[in-house]
Amino acid sequence: MNLRPESLVYELSSPGRECVSLPSCDVPSARPPAALLRDKLELPELDELSLVRHFTRLSQKNYSIDTEFYPLGSCTMKYNPKANEAAASLPGWRNAHPLAGDEFSQGSLEIIHSLQSWLCEIGGFAAGSLQPAAGAHGELSGVLIIRAYHEARGEHGRRLMLVPDSAHGTNPASCTMAGFRIKAIASDAEGGVDMAALREILSGPEASEVAGIMITNPNTLGLFDRNIEAIAAAVHAAGGLVYGDGANMNALVGILRPAEVGIDVMHFNLHKTFSTPHGGGGPGAGFVGVRSDLVDFLPGPIVAKGEGSSAAAYSLAMPARSIGRLKSFYGNFGIILRAYVYLRMLGPEGLRSVAENAVLNANYVKVLVEGTYKVKYPRRCMHEFVAQGDIAEGVHTLDIAKRLIDLGFHPPTIYFPLIVPEAIMIEPTETESKETLDEFAAALLQIAEEAKESPELLHAAPTTTPVGRLDEVAAARNPVLCYKG
Amino acid sequence: MPYIAATDNERKAMLERIGAASVEELFSVIPASARFPKLKLPLPLSEMEAMREIESLAAKNLCASTSAWFLGAGAYYHFIPAVVDALSSRGEFLTAYTPYQPEVSQGTLQAIFEYQSMASALLGVEVVNASHYDGATALAEAVLMAYNASGAATGLASGGRDKAIVCADLDPEYKDVMRSYASAFPIRLEFLDLPPEAAAIRSDDSTFCVVVPYPSFSGTLGDIAAAATSAHAAGAFLVVHTDPIMCGLLKSPGEMGADIVAAEGQALGNPMSFGGPFLGMLGSSAKLVRKMPGRLVGEAKDAQGRRGFVLTLTAREQHIRREKAVSNICSNQGLAMLRACIYLAAMGRSGMRKVAELCWSKAHYAAGLIAALPGFAVPALGSKQEFFKEFVVLTPIPAAEIADKLSRRGVVPGFPLSRYYPERTHELLVCVTEMCTKGQIELLARSLEEAAE
Repeated sequence: MNLRPESLVYELSSPGRECVSLPSCDVPSARPPAALLRDKLELPELDELSLVRHFTRLSQKNYSIDTEFYPLGSCTMKYNPKANEAAASLPGWRNAHPLAGDEFSQGSLEIIHSLQSWLCEIGGFAAGSLQPAAGAHGELSGVLIIRAYHEARGEHGRRLMLVPDSAHGTNPASCTMAGFRIKAIASDAEGGVDMAALREILSGPEASEVAGIMITNPNTLGLFDRNIEAIAAAVHAAGGLVYGDGANMNALVGILRPAEVGIDVMHFNLHKTFSTPHGGGGPGAGFVGVRSDLVDFLPGPIVAKGEGSSAAAYSLAMPARSIGRLKSFYGNFGIILRAYVYLRMLGPEGLRSVAENAVLNANYVKVLVEGTYKVKYPRRCMHEFVAQGDIAEGVHTLDIAKRLIDLGFHPPTIYFPLIVPEAIMIEPTETESKETLDEFAAALLQIAEEAKESPELLHAAPTTTPVGRLDEVAAARNPVLCYKG
Repeated sequence: MPYIAATDNERKAMLERIGAASVEELFSVIPASARFPKLKLPLPLSEMEAMREIESLAAKNLCASTSAWFLGAGAYYHFIPAVVDALSSRGEFLTAYTPYQPEVSQGTLQAIFEYQSMASALLGVEVVNASHYDGATALAEAVLMAYNASGAATGLASGGRDKAIVCADLDPEYKDVMRSYASAFPIRLEFLDLPPEAAAIRSDDSTFCVVVPYPSFSGTLGDIAAAATSAHAAGAFLVVHTDPIMCGLLKSPGEMGADIVAAEGQALGNPMSFGGPFLGMLGSSAKLVRKMPGRLVGEAKDAQGRRGFVLTLTAREQHIRREKAVSNICSNQGLAMLRACIYLAAMGRSGMRKVAELCWSKAHYAAGLIAALPGFAVPALGSKQEFFKEFVVLTPIPAAEIADKLSRRGVVPGFPLSRYYPERTHELLVCVTEMCTKGQIELLARSLEEAAE
């Protein structure tokens, strides 16, 4: 890691420097009217080497999958194959225009069509759309589909969505954007949906307002909810639909098709389960799959394959009663392409071994650390598990996370899910070696010792990074969001 | 399997430690009737075979770099300096997560801060967030932001204002996205087929914002300053969608009075990539920042007084506020933003101006040549309407026929408007960027003339 302070790009600027050579104008020069022209533009001026060093040095201030173990729970930080990147860099993809016309875009359309068919096969869905640009965008698509379904049946009063208290924050936020009210459902002693609480709502005064339930299974504790079929049956009997949040699909690919246990609508995150890079925050790509009677509501356009004599021709079409467009064009194609390459190289057996090894790795790390770190629900886990950081007086999960940094690991997800105090959510993924898992577990055990013997090591951490803990409260109180000169 | 490290022996050792007899046993909690389905997926290919297949599929697309390319309409073919790919593809940027652990994410965080700074300067606003999915969703969220902000003073959802006036000459896909995003809210979208300054005059005490594209979908430049004055006089916000390349040369929407500025940032260092990933840019005045969706990075200090950067004002966001968040956005377009950041730093002030000047000059040269062709007309030239890099051409035969015919010959002449508006059969939207040479522009003119014969 690069520990030296790096100036801001503006601070490296010197008037008159140029980084990019551009052609001179080969047509008669035309000028906009003076009234339209801007008189100043505060952008930096750098030469090429200074620019290259600047951004290279910045990159060296990151932990990343390519450089460190990154066991962020719920984020599925698996290795991002380089073949995906090589494929996406071909000029035929980079320089393909979304409005060139179906006939001139058969390569892109075939990729989208194949991937959407494979994802339907993996999830057990009748059809799906790759338009969503991210997981939360897929959720928004999904809950808008649920709303459209009820409205098409004349049930305009169904505006209440049930969301377990262990759910990701995007679930309730997506519901708000789709015009739903939220009712949180408590977790039971196994971390699953409390069936008694669910039945009470479904037989209570609000039953006729229930639009559906949003289920993450495995849930955010990393536990598979064994009641899933009973939950779905109860919600269906009350006239609602079951939404599946696919954030944790890495545990289930090739193991279980969610539609077969009652999931009606579901999104997958291509940037989690299907190996596309997270890019420091995005871009991701979402897929939303549905059961047969919801197909017409999908966001579009989606790709259709011609029948009969034109069997080879792929074309774009809007589903009959589509909830509409949720972004321009057809999704994050460059990401869709990477996921295509990944699945093309895995095949059905390879896909199943992804989930198998993800679950094996998580259970292995859990066994290595659970004698030292409490695990609230001590069942076998799926692809991740949630431990607790209350290992010594005066030591918190945040201290453990920061100390892990000094030992060369990216911290797990912390303080989530909200229902576990001092939560440490660990998701190793299938791509990590046994040696890495052993080293990580050893680091956690070492930290537990340090917490008792020399807690100051934890409180001072991290000390091996370009900056120490930053004062986030002061930063928010007096926000500086731009370079001020 | 290249992507799984564990060997059979290691798996066995791990299972023993866990106390499980087999990997299958770990899945005993899954309903038996549905466990381990036989998936009908194609059999795996080696990397070599997969790349061969991908290359042959890529060859089925019409490719801008091997054609004379005049098609824009929302996705733009601009030059991308080599430094953008070289730096943005570094694994430390590419394979990092959202920078929730600031001490090990200073690279990403500082790059976002630099992008926020440069993008704010370019758009003429005080703050720009860390990105949206694309220009269309950025604009849709800008409308929701204006709706939320207009009620802030009264404590009501929108202060009783429920109408957004939208200039109808906006990309039809953007209009669709705006309808989808607004559908759950008690918002009326009133599309007016008027130029910005005339549409804004219609603002009244039920209007919370006026939405103006600058340039419009047909390429024309309205009077933003006049629109701002009218919108503000009625107590409404002015929301502008713009072309960030154009902002390298022309007055920015912020300078002319826009309260919220959205933009499609793809042109800043991101390839067209069949429509995504793109870059949604969203900026505003500082006083609206607490109603702004999306991630923001701010400057901070550590205990030793060293400068660093953190995600800030997170109380707006879904992972803190859940159903009360201003938006559900989580993953954004981080890498597309990084590319834009490197692009803006590489281009700098003079490069941005030069690219925009090239676009302006070449587009006006092309418009002049085409307007002189028998049977063709360029209304913007005739009516002295200003335009930047796109303009509508009236064609003597259906524009779709021309586009179809010429595309086969490697000259992609533009976007036939009949694809969005079936009745507009004889209109072609032509886009000219710095990538088009004089020779290609003259080839376009000759080809149009021949196609119409």
